Amino acid sequence: MKQFDYVRPATVAEAIAAAAQPGATYLAAGTNLLDLMKGNISRPDRLVDVTHLDGLDGIETLADGSVRIGALVSNADLAHDAGFAKAYPAVAEALLSGASAQLRNAATVGGNLLQRTRCAYFYDTASRCNKREAGSGCDARDGENRTHAVLGWSENCIATNPSDFCVPLVALDAIVEIEGRNGRREITLDELHRLPGNTPERESALEPGDLIVAVRLPPAARGFAAHARYLKVRERTSYAFAIVSAAAALRIENGKVAEARLALGGVAAKPWRARAAEDVLRGVAPTAGVFQEAAWRALTDAKPSGDNAYKIELARRIVVRALILAAAGTPARIAALPASPFASTSGAIHA
Amino acid sequence: MNHSISLTVNGTRRDFVLDDPRVTLLDLLRERLHLTGTKKGCDRGQCGACTILVDGKRINSCLALAVSHDGADILTIEGVARGDQLHPVQAAFIAHDGFQCGFCTPGQIMSAIGMMQEAQAGNDPERIRECMSGNLCRCGAYAGIVDAVLEAQAGADESNQRRSA
Repeated sequence: MKQFDYVRPATVAEAIAAAAQPGATYLAAGTNLLDLMKGNISRPDRLVDVTHLDGLDGIETLADGSVRIGALVSNADLAHDAGFAKAYPAVAEALLSGASAQLRNAATVGGNLLQRTRCAYFYDTASRCNKREAGSGCDARDGENRTHAVLGWSENCIATNPSDFCVPLVALDAIVEIEGRNGRREITLDELHRLPGNTPERESALEPGDLIVAVRLPPAARGFAAHARYLKVRERTSYAFAIVSAAAALRIENGKVAEARLALGGVAAKPWRARAAEDVLRGVAPTAGVFQEAAWRALTDAKPSGDNAYKIELARRIVVRALILAAAGTPARIAALPASPFASTSGAIHA
Repeated sequence: MNHSISLTVNGTRRDFVLDDPRVTLLDLLRERLHLTGTKKGCDRGQCGACTILVDGKRINSCLALAVSHDGADILTIEGVARGDQLHPVQAAFIAHDGFQCGFCTPGQIMSAIGMMQEAQAGNDPERIRECMSGNLCRCGAYAGIVDAVLEAQAGADESNQRRSA
């Protein structure tokens, strides 16, 4: 690990000033960053430790019915907050399907939003990677790319965003609150992550010094609590990243879908909101046939980036399954294996 | 630049001057305090051998910078027994052969203690397996580990009932 300076600012303003310098980066729990630093993939000159800042670790319901989650709330504390899990069950399920209990206890909300891709070529400093070193090339393009992107990729980068948490969040129109050199601003989560295009090294809409201070779910996000699921296919049934995942949320009135939300994970460089598929579902009865049509629509633009054509069909099927399970109703308690399509209520089997 | 921090480790307050901010909690425990019960397996947050409790919660000490945890309360495997009296989870691991080579065992035990405090798994073997998935055992002693946790959980439930009766 390269040498770095460590600074612990006392206020958000001090943090922004310290992090706006070239080579500086924020440190929260460090569960992703320290791993990357140990592998010399990230080589910051300065770490700005935000974990001691006040006021960033609360979960509060606002007067208009929104919920505001501080950036330093841990993944575990958010998932196990009874009020939050009841109102946003797919978010809680996604959180509990990610990483391990130890990592969820440490990892923060803000850090989860900014976690880096798990592309093996990004991690291997002997490989070419346009994300790690702009303009160097992409060895994933002709390499082992079974798990890579099928949507929104470019010839310069076929990496995926690994977050589970972000998938239901983007489906529920989450808003990201940012403090920066020019004060506070808000963007949608959908705007936070960028597709690679010609600049895969630019992963987010954040500018130097920008600090995510909170994530907000708008009032309408509560309307899906009765019919919301997150499903995730992975290569083992726990403690693994998604090959493909889907968050499905329905608002059902008088036997018809009044409103649908759908997003996919593991398929692109960002959590992938499938708005065209949502349009298919609006105003119709929730049947397997219409779910299939929605799934087809969600993957219309998908194309393999290598040996991963199977992910397109897998994604369609996971979308259909997630919609069927969401329509059946949110379970009273999250399954023993959160988000697992192999879990049954009678007892799950570890593969 | 030096950084002064203080930690409470197994009930005792310890002060440190770090001349390098790269020191992890794992390395601090092992190299500065010679508390070598906490193991360095992968050193990348994948195996769980370095699991400790920080402010009552289990985390991977290999992915935690010591300098960032100034003021934290830390419990390691060396701090769970009461003199010669083993912690109930330690005793249950022995009773159920919850190990073979033993390298992952301190992490497994600390993780199990943390998991029981989280109170999410209860006495459901499936939930215990899921909640312990951050601790790998290359000898494959998982069956014994789950049995040990089940027994420790049953014992904790019983003493809770006795206390509330």
